[in-house]
Amino acid sequence: MLNEDLKAKITELFPGSTIDEGNDPAAAGWVNVNVEANNWLPVATQLRSDLSLQFDYLFCLTCIDWKTHLTMVYHLSSTKFRHNIVVKAKLDRTIPEIETVCHIWRTANFHEREVYEMFGVNFLNHPDLRLLILPDGWEGKNPMRKDFEDPVNMIRL
Amino acid sequence: MDLNLQKTKQDFPGQVHETPGGGIVLSKLDDVINWARSNSLWPLTFATSCCGIEMMAVASAKYDFSRFGFEVARATPRQADVIIIAGTIVNKMGPVLKRLYDQMADPKYVIAMGACAISGGPFFYNTYSVVKGADHIIPVDVYIAGCPPRPEALLHALISLQDKIKRGLTREQIKSGKD
Repeated sequence: MLNEDLKAKITELFPGSTIDEGNDPAAAGWVNVNVEANNWLPVATQLRSDLSLQFDYLFCLTCIDWKTHLTMVYHLSSTKFRHNIVVKAKLDRTIPEIETVCHIWRTANFHEREVYEMFGVNFLNHPDLRLLILPDGWEGKNPMRKDFEDPVNMIRL
Repeated sequence: MDLNLQKTKQDFPGQVHETPGGGIVLSKLDDVINWARSNSLWPLTFATSCCGIEMMAVASAKYDFSRFGFEVARATPRQADVIIIAGTIVNKMGPVLKRLYDQMADPKYVIAMGACAISGGPFFYNTYSVVKGADHIIPVDVYIAGCPPRPEALLHALISLQDKIKRGLTREQIKSGKD
């Protein structure tokens, strides 16, 4: 499906979502969809199962700290139709919570664990939410947050 | 036929005292041992990031560190003489590096290759995970600047290490001399 058709289909399926018009040259060629965080699970389910979309491949799952809020970013692809989409969800920085998608895309399991340890996002109903790479004792300290400071290793400029 | 043999720089530490029917080598045993050791140093295949790519380049045909006696790269620390720390050492890698070093048989030598192994390099400021210099974990004999260093720089470091061994000035040799 072409990007224009994708945009039309997304607006038709999810009236509550907004589509970013590409002002950012880095995002050129990508369809950017913003969804509400508490609406993410039904959107994800439909993206995966809709017969004309069939996004069966989650190839990137990450998070961005904007200092004022967090943004979850999901890159999806369809191995059948070869079309791509980027879904973003804004999270509250003090209580970051979003529904897990690891029963839709299995790869999300460890990606969400990484976002959990690096940004402190709490994935609701995740089957195994614990640290992935960081050693024991790092729970609650989120090194990829912009305001993170390690008392031992940080050297200020 | 007269052969005009050119006198080259003497690499062997000692002289041959000519006597009828042969000759006697005059030297110090320590010097001979150091000379022998320095010309066959087996490196450990240990690389943690992009400096490892340069190290592989030095090992392969174009730069070829076997010209200087480093060709037998070992995959086990028990058979290696020198460890080239080629890359970033993170906190989680620290204990592994220490263990590898401890498992190497004496005499052993360490080369810190590149900015990360010297000081943490580009990860010096504002990092939660990088060790700021491999010499916080194990003693280092030769440092090479660069990010990553040119293959020629690694060759120079290897030759410098050989020179250091011949003079008996590596950390290992100074330590064992004191005992």
